[in-house]
Amino acid sequence: MRIELVKRPQQSALFSILSPFLALALTLAAGAVMFFLLGKNPVTALYYFFVDPLLEVWSLHELAVKAAPLILIAVGLSVCFLSKNWNIGAEGQFIIGAVAGSILPVVFPGLQSWIVLPLMLLMGIAGGAAYAAIPAVLKARFNTNEILTSLMLVYVAQLFLDWLVRGPWRNPEGFNFPETRNFHAYAVLPEILPASGRAHWGFVFAMVAALVLWFVLSRTLKGFEVKVIGQSPRAGRFAGFSSGRMVIFAFLVSGALAGLAGISEVSGAIGQLRPSISPGYGFTAIIVAFLGRLNPLGIIAAGLVLALSYLGGEAAQISIGVSDKVARAFQGMLLFFVLACDTLIHYRIRLVRTARMDAKGAQAGHA
Amino acid sequence: MRKTFVLLTAATLGLAAAGTALAQDEPTKACFIYVGPIGDFGWTYQHHQGLLEVEEALGDAVETAYLESVPEGADAERAIERFARSGCDIIFTTSFGYMDATNKVAGRFPDVKFEHATGYKREHPNVSTYNSRFYEGRYIQGVIAAKMSEAGVAGYIASFPIPEVVMGINAFVLGAQSINPDFKVKVVWANTWFDPGKEADAAKALIDQGVDIITQHTDSTAPMQVAAERGVKAFGQASDMIEFGPETQLTAIVDDWGPYYVERVKAVREGTWEQVDIWAGLAEGHVVMAPYTNMPDDVKALAQKVEESIRSGEFHPFTGPINKQDGTPWLAEGEVADDATLLGMDFYVEGVDDQLPN
Repeated sequence: MRIELVKRPQQSALFSILSPFLALALTLAAGAVMFFLLGKNPVTALYYFFVDPLLEVWSLHELAVKAAPLILIAVGLSVCFLSKNWNIGAEGQFIIGAVAGSILPVVFPGLQSWIVLPLMLLMGIAGGAAYAAIPAVLKARFNTNEILTSLMLVYVAQLFLDWLVRGPWRNPEGFNFPETRNFHAYAVLPEILPASGRAHWGFVFAMVAALVLWFVLSRTLKGFEVKVIGQSPRAGRFAGFSSGRMVIFAFLVSGALAGLAGISEVSGAIGQLRPSISPGYGFTAIIVAFLGRLNPLGIIAAGLVLALSYLGGEAAQISIGVSDKVARAFQGMLLFFVLACDTLIHYRIRLVRTARMDAKGAQAGHA
Repeated sequence: MRKTFVLLTAATLGLAAAGTALAQDEPTKACFIYVGPIGDFGWTYQHHQGLLEVEEALGDAVETAYLESVPEGADAERAIERFARSGCDIIFTTSFGYMDATNKVAGRFPDVKFEHATGYKREHPNVSTYNSRFYEGRYIQGVIAAKMSEAGVAGYIASFPIPEVVMGINAFVLGAQSINPDFKVKVVWANTWFDPGKEADAAKALIDQGVDIITQHTDSTAPMQVAAERGVKAFGQASDMIEFGPETQLTAIVDDWGPYYVERVKAVREGTWEQVDIWAGLAEGHVVMAPYTNMPDDVKALAQKVEESIRSGEFHPFTGPINKQDGTPWLAEGEVADDATLLGMDFYVEGVDDQLPN
């Protein structure tokens, strides 16, 4: 006997809407069981995970800080993924964007003017886009596998940053510790409401980017082109769309947004370059993009939920003393149920009873 | 008149607040931020042992909380702020990378005390820094390595080329060369504090290159386990790793943070906490050598003698004559390195067979 996923001819509209809520309910139920087995009160645990971080203003600011890079990167990735360009290297584009944007405050700290910050943001965008252009050109020109090239370039970017902060860009007053000088006041991305917390303008950029891309994807010819080429390259060609140019377009957009996320994070939240400036935002954003069903508005929600689960995980660790691993297992459950529910909307499970089928046949059938 | 009244009221309220603090009905809350998992059996594990010691020493008078695996960077500031807001009276941030975040949050919460491990920035009066003189233990390890190694080469698994680590390599080499002037050290940079897979690979590569002693400045027990499998000797790091290499571990540098943590939490409780910058070693008990095992008695006796001479202050591992790697003189005969130079160390001493990654 084996299990097969069979594509449903028609998706239930009702369940498409219900799916995220169903997933949330299942997560809550499974999470409650887990907390109960650990000897914690499930209600308190879930309260700290989902409600406590939303009750204080500073915590909402932190939510915005955490969600901003995730949303910014993920909306860019949605353009890539919708057009079936598998950009796995957003983490690298994030880093190169941060590096390119940091040139002014680190190499020319004497340049003190209001012009510095806008230039930094532009250079961050350009850096991320240029770095994404490498796998894009390789794919468009030589038909290389962009999953591999973009992923490998992440490690190149990480090591490049590492080399910079240990070598040429090391803070001359920093006791040889691997970090650049702190950015001067003109190079710091301002906080939105400085009095109440440290959410910076990166969150505003994320919202604007999501709204603009939502409009482009759902209301313009370009958006139509992205989707057609993704779903059927052949049909796209008949419509006169070039898939080669789409590769470049998709990578440039997502690279630019990842670069903007990078420079915003460094200039708004960290204030200097360090050997590691991202706890894997570029990879987590892939999950966010799919959680948001590649829809920029959905991605805003998904980014906030994922950020909330990080904050909630910390709150739960402190308040009820569960370990970091439990927090992450719970996060894993959330993702699992969301993706599983989505899958079951598009597919149904069929149990195939195979009375007399040899292993080879079964394998061939599967492939 | 009105102003006076307000002032008086404020003063009374202030006194009342001070009164409750003195009454000490409330337990003092001590909070800890860790860079790794508490089960790493290395750096973070030892800090957590310190937390447990605080609980044991102060009992009901203290309440503790901790966050593990907090990434250095933007997340650290949030974690520290969360602690400061959740009523912590003293917060220990136990990794170098939390330095700026600690100082930023400290500026916003002047009533909370902050203790940052291994950093040098104290931008506010409520921030202290503390560190241990691990190089003292490294020197003893070097002495033992030179006595025990048949190949005359030790493998050193290093994390990042920051002064702390460079200082350790230098101390190890100086210790070894005090016994065998031709002793060599091969360094592998793992570029991580905690990654059992990478650390194990580094140990294997070093053993394949013919080293018969492994020492590490990373936090997992993987190098010890590889050394045990391959039948070479090794030194434990941060905690006593004898369980992971009963036939393998020669000794280990054990970070004993407990006494310091107990002292500082007590100080908060008694209202005597003051900003300090502590760099303590064997003498103060912050650095402890695990039992000398798997070695002949004469080596053990020698190691104990060296340990004693460092503890008593009679001998400093960085005593001249010492040349830099390129042969230029650094310390003259009898000259002792000052702390500032050690804390910013970015050069090798003569005899290290490696180039600092730069």
